[in-house]
Amino acid sequence: MDVVWLSRLQFALTIMFHYIFPPLTIGLGVVMVWLEGRFLATRDSLYETAARFWTRIFAINFAIGVATGIVMEFQFGTNWAAYSRFVGDVFGSALAAEGIFAFFLESGFLAVLVFGWDRVSPRMHFIATVMVSLGSIFSAIWIVVANSWQQTPAGSHVVPMLRDGVPLLAGGQPVTRAEVVDFWAVVFNPSTVHRLIHVWLGAFIMGAFFVMSISAYYLLRRRHEEFARRSFAGALLFATVFSLAAVISGDLQAKNVYRHQPAKLAAFEGRFATGRGNLSIIGLPDEAAATVHGEVAVPGLLSFLLTGDSRATVLGLDAFRPEDRPPVVVPYVSYHVMVGLGFAFVALTLLACLLLWRRRLFTTRWLLWVFVFAVIGPAAANQLGWVAAEVGRQPWVVQPPFVRGADGEPIRDAAGFLQYDGGDGMRTADAVSPAVRANQVLASIVLFGLIYVALAALWVYVLDHKIKEGPAAAPGRPPDEGLVAAAVSVSTHADSYTDLGRGPGK
Amino acid sequence: MDRATLATIWFLIQGVLLTGYAILDGFDLGVGILHPFVPRDDRERRIAMNAIGPIWDGNEVWLVTFGGALFAAFPEAYASVFSGFYTAFMLLLFALILRAVSLEFRGKMAGGGWRRFWDWAFFAGSALATGLFGVAVGNVILGIPLDERGNFTGTLLGQLNPYALLVGIFAIATFAMHGALFLYLKTEGELQQRLETWMWRTFGVFLVTYLLTTIFTLVLVPRTADKFARLPWAALVVVATVLAIANIPRTLYWRKPAQAFASSCATIAGLLALFGGALFPNLVTASNDPRLSLTIHSAASSPRTLGIMLIIAAIGMPFVAGYTAVIYWTFRGKVRLDPHSY
Repeated sequence: MDVVWLSRLQFALTIMFHYIFPPLTIGLGVVMVWLEGRFLATRDSLYETAARFWTRIFAINFAIGVATGIVMEFQFGTNWAAYSRFVGDVFGSALAAEGIFAFFLESGFLAVLVFGWDRVSPRMHFIATVMVSLGSIFSAIWIVVANSWQQTPAGSHVVPMLRDGVPLLAGGQPVTRAEVVDFWAVVFNPSTVHRLIHVWLGAFIMGAFFVMSISAYYLLRRRHEEFARRSFAGALLFATVFSLAAVISGDLQAKNVYRHQPAKLAAFEGRFATGRGNLSIIGLPDEAAATVHGEVAVPGLLSFLLTGDSRATVLGLDAFRPEDRPPVVVPYVSYHVMVGLGFAFVALTLLACLLLWRRRLFTTRWLLWVFVFAVIGPAAANQLGWVAAEVGRQPWVVQPPFVRGADGEPIRDAAGFLQYDGGDGMRTADAVSPAVRANQVLASIVLFGLIYVALAALWVYVLDHKIKEGPAAAPGRPPDEGLVAAAVSVSTHADSYTDLGRGPGK
Repeated sequence: MDRATLATIWFLIQGVLLTGYAILDGFDLGVGILHPFVPRDDRERRIAMNAIGPIWDGNEVWLVTFGGALFAAFPEAYASVFSGFYTAFMLLLFALILRAVSLEFRGKMAGGGWRRFWDWAFFAGSALATGLFGVAVGNVILGIPLDERGNFTGTLLGQLNPYALLVGIFAIATFAMHGALFLYLKTEGELQQRLETWMWRTFGVFLVTYLLTTIFTLVLVPRTADKFARLPWAALVVVATVLAIANIPRTLYWRKPAQAFASSCATIAGLLALFGGALFPNLVTASNDPRLSLTIHSAASSPRTLGIMLIIAAIGMPFVAGYTAVIYWTFRGKVRLDPHSY
């Protein structure tokens, strides 16, 4: 096995495990801000109880998110040294901004959020919650900026590297790297805004489904019912709005991908041949045969969605040189499952809204059971979207622009292929660390594999424990403060672990 | 500003970030190193962990920001060091994850076996991370073999040389002392009395390893001594560091623990200033051929990027300083266990 393949495997493993947590914390952060805001406005202690409960859940997710996130930052240097040298000048500013504006904000105020309930006023605590939530939302900005620049570079140019005033040579060849020309053009490169909105929506949907899953479980078990009903209804509203918004954002984004990365869109849609764009609904692509087996497709719909004209020509993979084509199976499958899940969220949330309006939602047990497990949907959709985006960009790690003529139109080569200006990008195969050997990467994959299996088991175990423990009444408050709070505290007592550790322990 | 000035400023910022990390996460790691030895029962172990509970997370962000800023300001050095010390960095990540998880999860269940396991994980993660930092610093002082593109050409075994291992032990001793001084401020009663003995013990170990490290550095890496002969201000740092070290036993004897902790902070800052001074203007010294060394000039990003990042840092740092102060103020004083504690 070669270093490139192993390094890609390790990156996929570590980023996919990490990315379980950021969407959850971003989504739950918004839920917590809403609950604490409601508590400050109404002084209804049920909101406080709910906020405290979700904060405990948030803290567990956040801890694993931070621990696995450090891996990501180090990994560029350890496994992708050649890439780091090439992109550092551009990419670095975004990462530095992330550290200063987002990480410090999050981890600093998290302390107040988790440990500060009885040390600061409710208003100060609310501010801390807003800060943590903002921090997690900001962190998404800079990561998406950096990744989007790799997809659609802008605001930068590739120049020979100078050392002591003379061009640096390696093996007789001048060494080049990308350097910033216009910072704001880097930040607002052609794909940033579309992708950022889609990432945020994915995170909000994830958070809302997570809350609905736990609430539905409580409703089915007839525990903490008032808490669960309010949490569920609030989250359902968020989930419905964001699911609808994600469909619109997805459509806009697909158009944008076609404009700037037509090879990637061809891989998403399984379009091997250039021509009228039929929208592939289901099928299994076969790269060797350049066809989609068992395909069900709507004629002309892809042309219509991309251009507004159902007869328009859509570029297929045959418009690109064989060595410039992305793989098709993985992008096609992950993209199609993601889109399918997106429409399923819309259907599911609209159905639940209808039943809520008819006042039958909380008695429709089968639907509540669906919601208990539906949280897997957004978790999968978030992962699959990134898989499609990253594998679809291959064989490039930094995608170069097309060679264009004076009129701005791409110039085709003698064989009729669209040509990339390869020197302005970087192939994934050239991006790894020359100093690292395959057995070192294999060893670290095994190490991370073991840690992450253990972490995942722990996470599920502790989460399960916290969910069974339930939203106990706020500690330090007399149980007769409100009828609801009293009911909640009584109902939790029987099956909580409070008697085990509530004295000195937890 | 010209390229050289910007590169020097960013070298200093890296130094500030690393020093901030060493002082802040230093006492966290030290508390972890002392964990199996000082606290005796579950309540005392919880007090020790909760002394750093609300702040260790924010302290670790200094390391993350140091890494991010190195990537941004000196991508060549970032790529060479991180890929060159591949195995060490993977072990470091393992140690940091183990430590974070043991802090978070130890208190989530009540079982005796569960908690014992995480106690040892907390110790192992803290000691391993500290030792690896020391080994890395040792190798950076010695220099590593590089090729013309700046890639590491040595072996893993070469990184585990006796000098680097000595610096690793020195780092563990320093942070253990720093952690004991910090914990003394945050505790009371019997646990605090026991810490008094440990402050003296760890100071003794620190002093011995400090002297050994200094002697071996001057003998094995003569260019460090040459550099101090050429930079007169460096002599001031040496004197200040020695005074800070001497002030630790003095203030311990006169029972001024806050001053002792401040002296320990100053000691760490002084040691890192000496490390930076010995290195400057190199970031990675090539042990095979000095011309291949990565300096702050040859490893830096473009002046435009360095300028943009300086603006980002100037906007961001006051906020960071402001709310770091707020958070330390909120959690000041002796540790009190409450239902939100670990």
